[in-house]
Amino acid sequence: MNAATLFGLCGAALVGIGLYGLITNPEPLRKILAFNLLGSGVFLLFGMIARRAAAAGLGGDPVPQAMVITAIVVAFAATAMAIALVQRLADETGRASISSDSSDAVDGEGKS
Amino acid sequence: MSLVMDIWTICAVSAGALFFLAGTVGLLRFPDTLTRLHALTKVDNLGLGLITLGLLPQTSSLLLAVKLVIVWLLVQLSGAVVTQLVAGAIRQHGADG
Amino acid sequence: MSIASVFDIAVVALILAIGASTILVRTAFAAVVMFAVYGLLLSIAWVRLHAVDVALTEAAIGGGMTGLLLLGAVARSRSDDVDRVRVGYPVRLAAGGLCALVVAGLAIVVLHPPAAVPTLAPVVMENLPPSGLGNPVAGVLFVFRALDTLLEKVVVLLALLGVWSLAPDRAWGGTPGLQVYAKPDPPLIFLAQLLPPVGIVFGIYMCWVGAKDPGGAFQGGTVLAAMWLLVIVAGLQKAPAISRLWLRGLLIAGPMLFLAIGLAGWVFADAFLAYPEGYAKPLIVAVEATLTLSIAVALAMLAAGPPERAQQQ
Repeated sequence: MNAATLFGLCGAALVGIGLYGLITNPEPLRKILAFNLLGSGVFLLFGMIARRAAAAGLGGDPVPQAMVITAIVVAFAATAMAIALVQRLADETGRASISSDSSDAVDGEGKS
Repeated sequence: MSLVMDIWTICAVSAGALFFLAGTVGLLRFPDTLTRLHALTKVDNLGLGLITLGLLPQTSSLLLAVKLVIVWLLVQLSGAVVTQLVAGAIRQHGADG
Repeated sequence: MSIASVFDIAVVALILAIGASTILVRTAFAAVVMFAVYGLLLSIAWVRLHAVDVALTEAAIGGGMTGLLLLGAVARSRSDDVDRVRVGYPVRLAAGGLCALVVAGLAIVVLHPPAAVPTLAPVVMENLPPSGLGNPVAGVLFVFRALDTLLEKVVVLLALLGVWSLAPDRAWGGTPGLQVYAKPDPPLIFLAQLLPPVGIVFGIYMCWVGAKDPGGAFQGGTVLAAMWLLVIVAGLQKAPAISRLWLRGLLIAGPMLFLAIGLAGWVFADAFLAYPEGYAKPLIVAVEATLTLSIAVALAMLAAGPPERAQQQ
């Protein structure tokens, strides 16, 4: 098993871990973290594809690598927007939660 | 000559790794944030310095060696400042993790 | 089993352990710290995959900037540890089963590569010399897939517009609330006076050297953004009000220049975003330089967040 396959399996496991965190964590901030984990797992899969396609004296195929660079920047932009949304939600409703049942204990007053 | 340099690299990098291990054990075993900070900064700066000195003979050009030393200095600078900030925050707010 | 593969296995084990602890640890603060460490470990993985440009981008944006953003979000939502509605055991089991299925499917795909691996590397290498670039990834980003890079910059700007439009009405056009300390510590001020000159040189160097070695506009722009954020957080400069003309001018300068050069490609070369013969390298360097500035300002403003205080006239 060479390095590319090993990191590809690592990427697959990270996709699973991120998906689990996305489904089971109730806080929006933890969901954003899990989503980033999921995304970086997918990027590692791309990295494996790039490494396997090494040819012409290069260490890896540059096209998937350029796509991953673009993807990292776009993921950061999406994370920034998601965090701004969560913050606004917390400002408006007093707590940062997207669950619909109102039986949670709410301590803080709504900041507005 | 290159055998001497390789032996130097192996010894210095191993010593640096040992210091990192000691620092991590300190991080995990010391009771309180201030003592953990102490362990981390003293030991990690020394460990990084040894690793950098060990890697210097392996560089192929002077520019690479200068870049390694710059990395070492930058890590020391940022490590020192961050330690001071964390210690100042602990003094203000108490050590509540 | 060579030393390199032992190292690879160790890195993969660390990445998986820290990724799992990011999900499972109790407080959001600990999870964000774990995520920052995870980003740095991931950039080591990228170096092992022979993708140094990606490693630089992951360390800068994936580890550094995203960690900064999340730390700020956690610091602002301190009182929300209350929301401890834990998902029930059956849901966890079902989610675990689903994720195990997904991982198994992906692992099967990973372990059965196609016999003849399709690759675009020879095509890239034979078309790279006319552009004057030495770094194939920069070639893909600015010559072969320049449309992707232009649209990526537009996406960053749109995200910034989205973040700004989430400001409350009274703070419209005001300053982002990046005031972390009421009275910054002297060590922080010392760092903010010493590091930015070094960091600015680094950022410009990373952009400049990206033409023939790993580096590029995004990586250099992130270092510049980090230096600006450091100066603002240390209180040496105020965060600019988002209605300032120079801020908005800098933000759109990069994409506008890129778009103008692309449209000029219709006139002087044969297609949108095609470069005329012999002028490719200077045009690409000009685009990368302005793009670095725009990216630096955009990333710093994304990390600063929506405006919170009305602008003082």
